[in-house]
Amino acid sequence: MSHAPTGAAPEAQVPEWPMPRAAGCPFDPPPGLRELTAEKPLAKVRIWDGSAHWIVTGHAAQRALLSDPRVSVDERLPGFPHWNEGMAAGLAYRPRSVFNSDAPEHSRYRRIMTGPFTFKRVEALRPTIQKITDDLIDKMLAGPNPADLVEALALPLPTLMISELLGVPYEDHEFFQEYASRGIAHNVSAEESGRNFMALNEYLVRLVEQKAAEPADDALSDIAARVTAGDLTVPEAAMMGTGLLIAGHETSANMIGLATVALLEHPDQLAVLRDTDDPKVVAGAVEELLRYLGIIHGGQRRIAKEDIEIGGELIRAGEGIVVELFSANRDADVFPEPDLLDLHRANARHHNAFGFGIHQCVGQQFARVELQVVYGTLFRRIPTLRLAKSLDEIVFKHDRLAYGVYSLPVTWG
Amino acid sequence: MKVTVEQDRCVAAGQCAATAPDVFDQRDEDGVVVLLTDDPAAERADDARHAAAVCPALAIHIEE
Ligand code: HEM
Repeated sequence: MSHAPTGAAPEAQVPEWPMPRAAGCPFDPPPGLRELTAEKPLAKVRIWDGSAHWIVTGHAAQRALLSDPRVSVDERLPGFPHWNEGMAAGLAYRPRSVFNSDAPEHSRYRRIMTGPFTFKRVEALRPTIQKITDDLIDKMLAGPNPADLVEALALPLPTLMISELLGVPYEDHEFFQEYASRGIAHNVSAEESGRNFMALNEYLVRLVEQKAAEPADDALSDIAARVTAGDLTVPEAAMMGTGLLIAGHETSANMIGLATVALLEHPDQLAVLRDTDDPKVVAGAVEELLRYLGIIHGGQRRIAKEDIEIGGELIRAGEGIVVELFSANRDADVFPEPDLLDLHRANARHHNAFGFGIHQCVGQQFARVELQVVYGTLFRRIPTLRLAKSLDEIVFKHDRLAYGVYSLPVTWG
Repeated sequence: MKVTVEQDRCVAAGQCAATAPDVFDQRDEDGVVVLLTDDPAAERADDARHAAAVCPALAIHIEE
């Protein structure tokens, strides 16, 4: 529901969010947002249903709010700034999960999910990730030239890995990719969102029941065992599986596709990766690309449970908060010359690309290993890699909650 | 230097184990932080400070 703005500007003058990026600057935040928050780390914007909310762009302000227990992700609270009509309508059927619960309930869900993603366990997957990456590159090089890098590598690698980790049959990938990508469009109607959710949910419910009956060595079987033990309901377990499946492949796929475009546009930076075999340099490059590329760009959604003073403004209890993580990664107070892609940047890993606070990404160490392997391999194995179309012919996912490229025609040799 | 951790607050993001693996580990079953030493050697002290700074749950405390 829309609610009265508290800032100085009358509601009609509050600018609309999301805002477009500038033509020809596919890697930079929208100029309108920069203008709006030039003086302060937060401002007011209007979202799809006409309601006004705070948008927060400053790095320090984001970290303060994201780790403040007065700031909630409880989407059932009145005034919550939902992503789109579909998400708002989904309140009726979406169970509790890490995504929409606060501490201490949040930690109950989170600790059921985190086991497979510890630093040691994901490091142990590195040889498998390397093998799949090499196989996919071999296959691409043996096939037609030019090729679509999204189809050849960016999408299948994370999809194969998350399928294997969760124990979801890879044969079903077209089905779940289709529903995953539909669910994250900016503009989803209530009916469509409901249909998407139900289709994925039914699929996961069946899988969870199957894993409970015949456990295998995978994460969904561990989750199913918690259902059998009475710690989780079947809908909660299915929601967990859906969340991991969607969060686990689309994001990494976008990071691979978008980073490749950015590096091909910055040959001096690409050379850093092409010419090194030092894992520290590669790891640093991954952090800088996470910082520089705004994969998660629509603003994470929160609501204030109490009045909060921040950045010279007062956020009142019940007001919505949109945390635009990408903008914080371009905050000049933290990152000197923030719009410069510099793979040797010393403090790149202070980015907010994985969020901050208790909801910070569950899969981040896993994503890091995937990206380290791909970035460390692709440009060394194909030093002549280049775009097969001009930059302005490439279609970016402006309309999606996760930014990236739909396809990426590349050529080599 | 004295390092303490609050396991109740930990969200198993793995940042500490990635930044200072000689000081922090994670429980196998859920990734919750395990402190390997509360008094890291001088050459590990910077890593430990760094880990405290990147912990998203503010669960690592350092007394100098
Ligand atoms: C480069 C790739 C990735 C990026 C940029 C990314 C980004 C993020 C961000 C920004 C959040 C915080 C959302 C918020 O606070 O509102 C998040 C949460 C989450 N991510 Fe990721 N993610 C990536 C990969 C993954 C992978 C591979 C997985 C799982 C296999 C995953 C699973 C999750 C889950 C379950 C949460 C919710 C955590 C919670 O609410 O406690 N992500 N991710």
